[in-house]
Amino acid sequence: MIKAILIFNNHGKPRLSKFYQPYSEDTQQQIIRETFHLVSKRDENVCNFLEGGLLIGGSDNKLIYRHYATLYFVFCVDSSESELGILDLIQVFVETLDKCFENVCELDLIFHVDKVHNILAEMVMGGMVLETNMNEIVTQIDAQNKLEKSEQITYTGLFCIGQDFSRAGLAGAPARAVSAVKNMNLPEIPRNINIGDISIKVPNLPSFK
Amino acid sequence: MALRMVKGSIDRMFDKNLQDLVRGIRNHKEDEAKYISQCIDEIKQELKQDSIAVKANAVCKLTYLQMLGYDISWAAFNIIEVMSASKFTFKRIGYLAASQCFHEGTDVIMLTTNQIRKDLSSPSQHDTGVALTGLSCFVTPDLARDLANDIMTLMSHTKPYIRKKAVLIMYKVFLKHPESLRPAFPRLKEKLEDPDPGVQSAAVNVICELARRNPKNYLSLAPLFFKLMTSSTNNWVLIKIIKLFGALTPLEPRLGKKLIEPLTNLIHSTSAMSLLYECVNTVIAVLISLSSGMPNHSASIQLCVQKLRILIEDSDQNLKYLGLLAMSKILKTHPKSVQSHKDLILQCLDDKDESIRLRALDLLYGMVSKKSLMEIVKKLMAHVDKAEGTTYRDELLTKIIDICSQSNYQHITNFEWYISILVELTRLEGTRHGHLIAAQMLDVAIRVKAIRKFAVAQMSVLLDSAPLVASSTQRNGICEVLYAAAWICGEFSEHLQEPQRTLEAMLRPKVTTLPGHIQAVYVQNVLKLYASILQQEEQAGQPEAAQQATQLLLERLPQFVQSADLEVQERASCILQLVKHVQKLQAKAVPVAEELSALFAGELNPVAPKAQKKVPVPEGLDLDAWINEPPSDSDSEDERPKAMFHEEEQRHAKPRQAEVDEEELARRREARRQEQASNPFYIKSSPSPHKRYQDAPGVEHIPVVQIDLSVPLKVPGLPLSEQYVKLEEERRHRQKLEKDKRKKRKKEKRGRRRHGSLPTESDEDIAPAQQVDIVTEEMPENALPSDEDDKDPNDPYRALDIDLDKPLADSEKLPVLKHRNAQAPKPPEKEDVPVVEKKSKKPKKKEKTHKERSRKREEGRKKSTQKKKKHKKEKEERGKDKKSKKRRPEREEATEPVQNGAPQEEPLPPMSSYCPLAENAYVKMTYDVQGSLQEDSQVTVSVILENHSRSLLKNMELSVLDSLNTKMARPEGSSVHDGVPVPFQLPPGVSNEAQFVFSVQSIVMAQKLKGTLSFIAKDEDGATQEKLDFKLHFSCSSYLLTTPCCSDAFAKLLESGDLSVSSIKVDGISMSFQNLLARICFHHHFSVVERVDSCASMYSRSIQGHHVCLLVKKGESSVSVDGKCSDATMLGNLLEEVKGTLAQC
Repeated sequence: MIKAILIFNNHGKPRLSKFYQPYSEDTQQQIIRETFHLVSKRDENVCNFLEGGLLIGGSDNKLIYRHYATLYFVFCVDSSESELGILDLIQVFVETLDKCFENVCELDLIFHVDKVHNILAEMVMGGMVLETNMNEIVTQIDAQNKLEKSEQITYTGLFCIGQDFSRAGLAGAPARAVSAVKNMNLPEIPRNINIGDISIKVPNLPSFK
Repeated sequence: MALRMVKGSIDRMFDKNLQDLVRGIRNHKEDEAKYISQCIDEIKQELKQDSIAVKANAVCKLTYLQMLGYDISWAAFNIIEVMSASKFTFKRIGYLAASQCFHEGTDVIMLTTNQIRKDLSSPSQHDTGVALTGLSCFVTPDLARDLANDIMTLMSHTKPYIRKKAVLIMYKVFLKHPESLRPAFPRLKEKLEDPDPGVQSAAVNVICELARRNPKNYLSLAPLFFKLMTSSTNNWVLIKIIKLFGALTPLEPRLGKKLIEPLTNLIHSTSAMSLLYECVNTVIAVLISLSSGMPNHSASIQLCVQKLRILIEDSDQNLKYLGLLAMSKILKTHPKSVQSHKDLILQCLDDKDESIRLRALDLLYGMVSKKSLMEIVKKLMAHVDKAEGTTYRDELLTKIIDICSQSNYQHITNFEWYISILVELTRLEGTRHGHLIAAQMLDVAIRVKAIRKFAVAQMSVLLDSAPLVASSTQRNGICEVLYAAAWICGEFSEHLQEPQRTLEAMLRPKVTTLPGHIQAVYVQNVLKLYASILQQEEQAGQPEAAQQATQLLLERLPQFVQSADLEVQERASCILQLVKHVQKLQAKAVPVAEELSALFAGELNPVAPKAQKKVPVPEGLDLDAWINEPPSDSDSEDERPKAMFHEEEQRHAKPRQAEVDEEELARRREARRQEQASNPFYIKSSPSPHKRYQDAPGVEHIPVVQIDLSVPLKVPGLPLSEQYVKLEEERRHRQKLEKDKRKKRKKEKRGRRRHGSLPTESDEDIAPAQQVDIVTEEMPENALPSDEDDKDPNDPYRALDIDLDKPLADSEKLPVLKHRNAQAPKPPEKEDVPVVEKKSKKPKKKEKTHKERSRKREEGRKKSTQKKKKHKKEKEERGKDKKSKKRRPEREEATEPVQNGAPQEEPLPPMSSYCPLAENAYVKMTYDVQGSLQEDSQVTVSVILENHSRSLLKNMELSVLDSLNTKMARPEGSSVHDGVPVPFQLPPGVSNEAQFVFSVQSIVMAQKLKGTLSFIAKDEDGATQEKLDFKLHFSCSSYLLTTPCCSDAFAKLLESGDLSVSSIKVDGISMSFQNLLARICFHHHFSVVERVDSCASMYSRSIQGHHVCLLVKKGESSVSVDGKCSDATMLGNLLEEVKGTLAQC
């Protein structure tokens, strides 16, 4: 079981939080803070596993994370999940985000956290891995977006305004954030954790900048 | 702001969408909280509007705020409103918000049941999907119970996308509503072989999660999983299955043996590291489970260790970490194969990654031996010096202590070395583990008697060293070691070289800066030290020196008397008075040393940590009894019953105690003696430790080697453990030479050294320098062995510990949704019709749930007081169950409760398949005919015999006239005319059930058989021979077996075309359709395949394999039944029987 999925940036600002066990908002924030504290002080080239211990649930749990440029993707899982498998899943997640947002960057996650949730929902459901094939996920997301668009036609007038705003929102984002995103470099991801023949390719994701 | 003014009133609803909110928050860094509270106010306004689009927008923003830590539960109702929007766009926003903030405590959650049900059966797969996803996050026990059946239906949805989501969510449903596990399990199992890999993977996922918690219930699935493992190419699935096998193997060693080969093949063939790693892990689990029985798997172990070595040597830190993790599992059972990779693991200690270092440390714990201990600890000490960051250093420190002290200091050959290591560790600054070091010092000094002299010398140096005391001012844990040092110096003061100097050190003014509990120990031990100084000086005839010591105490003790710590103050005052008294006596030249030392005579022995708990309660002691009656503060009326109760309890308690004590104690004593005999550390030969100390307090008594004189006992300054390493090496070398010499002399004498107190692999030759004369921890006589079950009773997974192989009981079927008449018109596509399916029902011969059962049992007990045949008990009760059921007046549900679409399981009227057979003044017979599952063409007739006379019925015998077609099975050797004895007697008022087997040739027609029951009725007046004739009716239905059938197979069967058709129609039926179906299921052994509104398809199979399909349709007041069967005659007869049943409805 996956207990929680967290995305936060290098400063510990949450960009997505998904808990598969109920916690109060305060506890959730505390967990995010503690996780950030644990993860952020680790060097770049150390292993991606951390014994979570007291964090969520018991000593059975582990934190498995990856660090992409300004973002940390952290999965808290119990012992029934394969550590390397989850690492690949994070990679699939990021690649899917990259595909859906076309060159994803932190700002996409900041302004479209609902979309990120929708993508995640096609991968992990109730803490269990639902789909690992990126193409499947993207197909579903596309179909849903299409459905959404067709519904919007009836609301055209209203939604045009909304969309204009969202575009303005992206463009008008503070310059500081943009510059922070500019020089994202992806670390080379070792190929040997590639899970055989499911279509998880682990390229170096140059597009994620 | 200007923009907002421009916008019209409709636009105002959109004045802030999610993106604007995010941007706003980013622009208000300084007063974020204020800005957000402003936004929340706006959101509250938006939620009050009628437009669902505005509401959805507001909820979307709330979801974002929830992530930032704001409580949005106040908007739960609005979230539900948005969930129920017809547009997918809004629905999705609503479900997302719900999944983020709903939980079991959300009170409005119960309002969602119908909405979710509607979405689940929506024609759009996206609506269904989004509802399933949302539900998976906030499912509650109520939702799980109400929706379980709907979700189960979705498990057979045509779209794999829905199927896989429905399968996955079942796990959550099981967790919240464990009762649904058994009815849903067959279908879940079916999904393991789903054509869609995604669905298959989901099913594996769910079953693996279930099996991980309660593996034993899933052992029967092992062959299926084995098949999947060898056929699947999906690595995700393989990993899950292999992990599952890891959980199953400890329960079934045979499985492990079978697994080894395919797993090794996978290890060799796979290129995916994740799969390789899981295979290795499971092989390890298999090997652990086999380790007791089969030692012959060295090849597999070698393979694992070899592969793990590759992982550890990899440059990828993740693989390194996992390799070490798996290695530690092997270590537990096969330490030798890991020990050969010591180099690699020591290398990992130098890794820059802390997680890896910690893993390596874990491994070291199990790898040390007598030979390698010093080397490894030396390496660790080097790391301690290098380590930055106190956490890791503290970890190292505890590991060093753990490694050294493991299993009673098994690996330590030289305790001088160990003490010096401990002393070196005290130089660590800022460690939290001072108390740990102190505990070790105390433990070693107390339990290893030979080391005391050395320990005391070291401790006195510690006491003398200024930095330790100084460090105490900086709230530092290390000063704890002074506690140990002071106690050791005091307790074993006879070993001190310069007691005066130590005394002086312990009385320094700086000491008062130490924590209170340490000062207290100082004060107490000063007195011990003083006593031993007095004794020495008096014996040496130097009263001046003694008086000097007294003077010193009198000068310095007052500083402790002023201490703020009560303990210190009290002890210091007492001792001060004592010393003053001594001084007076000394002035009169009276020898006081003897008396003073007598205060501390005797030895303190270590007591096992659990000793207190294990003291058996002595005979006659009632721990719960009042020592003094509690004063009664109530009036006398209250008091009296209390006293009575109390007396009674005592009376009960006493004999019970005695019972246990007599033989039980003797047995325990013997067991303990044996355990001691096999304990290498227990001192067997000496009568008792206490006695020995009294007899010979001198050192010479202890059979210990004289410590080599080359060892400097008094080390100037702090010792360096390395010196001891060298010395130890020399010693070992000498020892070896000596041993060789001795060998040449052909074991003249074995010397005084005990050899290899513990035979460890490969280092038996190394004898410890100090005899490891470890005093065993004391345990009370007759200590009780305690193995408390540590299972947590609150484990949520416990509820899922359900036997899945038992047949389904009636009461277990999932609640079925009853449709209202005002149901929306049927959508055209059939697959999207809200199909309500009923679980196959086997109403007969079924186990009731335990609860119901036990309740019935109670009833049964009340009705009959006598029960004799214990082995028949079960059967008898079942008979009773049915009887009691039958006796109940039949209730008919005339009115159906119409509740607003809430799922409603209509209670079925009680039904019994037992028909009356015959009755006379003595006995009443009822019977039931069931097809046999095991044998073709056999039926079992269960006859309940109820004695309603006042006589005892015995020698009962059942004889039946066989027909050509139907024959009774008789015991071997008996002729066709013999009766079959009934295997029990019937006391008055008792009923019991007997079963008889008949073989049938043709089953297409109903049969009748004549028979007679003969018995002897015995009462006070005498015995009479009686008989009772009866006619057994074998209906066609009784040849049918309730067989569940899935709709696909059913459709195929109908299409196949080789079935004959027939139909009937019955008018004037008032019973509800559900009841009707239940009746057909019950009396004619059918199962419902599919039910749509007032139309249902049913299936059954005969014992000879005929398929029977029915289509039951209900009109206004009529019911038509169309049947298809592979045999026309049979179908005709069956339909007639069904007609008969329906006519009664």
